[in-house]
Amino acid sequence: MHPLVWIAAAVLTTLACGAIARAGDGDSGSPWRIALTRLRDNHAAFAALCVIVALLIVAALAPWLAPYSPIAQPDIVRLKNLPPSLAHPFGTDFASRDVFSRALYGARVSLSVALLAIVVSASVGTAYGAIAGYVGGRIDTLMMRLIDAGLSVPRILLLIAVLALWAPVPLPVLVLLLGLTGWFGVSRVVRAQVLSLRERDMVVAARALGASDREILWRHILPNVLSPVIVSITLGIANVLIVEAGLSYLGVGVRPPSASWGNMILDGADEIASLWWISTFPGLAIVVTVMAFNLLGDGLRDALDPRQVDG
Amino acid sequence: MTAPNAASARSAPPNGIAPLLAVRDLVKHFPITRGVFRRRVGAVRAVDGVSLDVFPGETLALVGESGCGKTTTGRAILRLIEPSAGEIRFDGADVRALGGDALRRLRRQMQIIFQDPFSSLNPRMTVGAIVREGLTIHKLAEGEAADARVRELLDEVGLRADVASRYPHEFSGGQRQRIGIARALAVEPRFIVCDEPVSALDVSVQAQVINLLEDLQREHGLAYLFIAHDLSVVEHIADRVAVMYLGHIVELADADELYRRPIMPYTQALLSAVPVPDPTRQRHRIILSGDVPSPANPPSGCPFHPRCPHPRKDDACTRLVPPLEEKEPGHLVACIKQTPTTVSWPEQQSAGGTMQPERIIPDALG
Repeated sequence: MHPLVWIAAAVLTTLACGAIARAGDGDSGSPWRIALTRLRDNHAAFAALCVIVALLIVAALAPWLAPYSPIAQPDIVRLKNLPPSLAHPFGTDFASRDVFSRALYGARVSLSVALLAIVVSASVGTAYGAIAGYVGGRIDTLMMRLIDAGLSVPRILLLIAVLALWAPVPLPVLVLLLGLTGWFGVSRVVRAQVLSLRERDMVVAARALGASDREILWRHILPNVLSPVIVSITLGIANVLIVEAGLSYLGVGVRPPSASWGNMILDGADEIASLWWISTFPGLAIVVTVMAFNLLGDGLRDALDPRQVDG
Repeated sequence: MTAPNAASARSAPPNGIAPLLAVRDLVKHFPITRGVFRRRVGAVRAVDGVSLDVFPGETLALVGESGCGKTTTGRAILRLIEPSAGEIRFDGADVRALGGDALRRLRRQMQIIFQDPFSSLNPRMTVGAIVREGLTIHKLAEGEAADARVRELLDEVGLRADVASRYPHEFSGGQRQRIGIARALAVEPRFIVCDEPVSALDVSVQAQVINLLEDLQREHGLAYLFIAHDLSVVEHIADRVAVMYLGHIVELADADELYRRPIMPYTQALLSAVPVPDPTRQRHRIILSGDVPSPANPPSGCPFHPRCPHPRKDDACTRLVPPLEEKEPGHLVACIKQTPTTVSWPEQQSAGGTMQPERIIPDALG
């Protein structure tokens, strides 16, 4: 435990949130700045944003913040299943590991898996949706029917099947699988947006000026698609977190001894009535994180509403 | 210019001057498709054989009700919508045959201004970036020179140069329309399609924008195809007026002539509805019955026959497509019942005609 690092983390969080709040000041009319101002004035969403910033900083600094190693088993006879105390704020688990340290490292694993998976989803989904919407016609119809087919397969079951057959799965593959099964929603949102933008006069004007399809996509369509994509990414992170936790809880996601919030719940699941702390703290972490991303997503949806920007 | 019915578009050409834009028999049909396999079950005949000329420096107004195909005509001429058939020549070049770089170069000469000042400007770009886009695409200016040119253009449309760093949503409808005009002017066009540029604006602002367009026309020698749904708006700006109904041009004449002596019964009805600022004058409006038919299922013969108030209307009108023909010098009208007509009386009789053609000018226009 390094108290100085904790203080540094707290200062860093405060500074970051303060900077975000200040960036929303001023009367410059950039649509992005207007959205930021609206987000800041939405208390729930801004609080959620601060929680997320804090979580990200904690996850990044986990090795310096954690009082113990997440996988050290100092004394599996005398130090196992200890209730929360000053030495072990969240108690210890069946293998005498410190639950608090594991929760910090778990944040690292869970958040980075979720963030990387959503990057995959958003990239694939945006590209796919933009192509379908911009090209249109039969290609669009075909591409959307493929999405319908993809959506008809239950995601969790598909993932369990693949992961169970492929065990043990390295983390990058898990990220890829989560990402590649989660982009259908994004691509639908993007396609719908592109379809309506394609007919807007600003795109017709660009074509009249002689802009190429590539220039129109980059300059006029994608920047205006970004808002719904950002919202759907934020809500998507919450979703991936839950899916990853579920898979890890089922034993097919992040494998022990690596800590993820999902497999930590599994560690305490058998004795949850008596040794409640082993499952409860990672569970709370999931609840807080998912709620924060959902609140932020809702706040972004309001803040980025283009109808209000136009008016 | 040897299109089959070249005469049909030639109302009062300035002597000996070749048209800048010559459109012949322009057709745009939008297919109606059904089902997963997009089986074609019909077509919306948005533009059904339009011919017109636009001469350098003049304003040709294209007037008609909503859905008559006037916007589609404007966009098909610029190939923003791909025409189904017909010929478009701009300064002698076959517009429909061009592609790639040649088309891109031609686009510099033909621009468009839109009706909706909100959807026509990218909300994520600054005004400066919007105006500059054409300069970049056609490599007309870079860096400092481009900044200076943008300031010059903004000044020309009556905006302060410091608006360049602001975003479209900070401006009123009229100001946004000026931004759109500056964007079109940036590439130094010779011809601009004005697609109802003032219809979405307050009446007080309409006049300002129209005056601006006239000033720019004078300074740059621009030719306009000015699309409007309201004859009173174009009276001031138009040199010639083409009236469109259901994908066809039904009357085309000098503005003065058309307003003074409309011949097509449809134009007569439209003009009787134009308010006159004279309380002592009694006017009888010609009320048209029914709605505009669907362009997906247009009437046979004359497109206007189901609503036509002409007293000599008969079965010939439902069978014969009226040619756009010269009734007075330089005054083209598509009506087989207004004399003179090239569709002879025996021809009309054999198509079921029972009433002799006769020139009728309703009292309402007296």
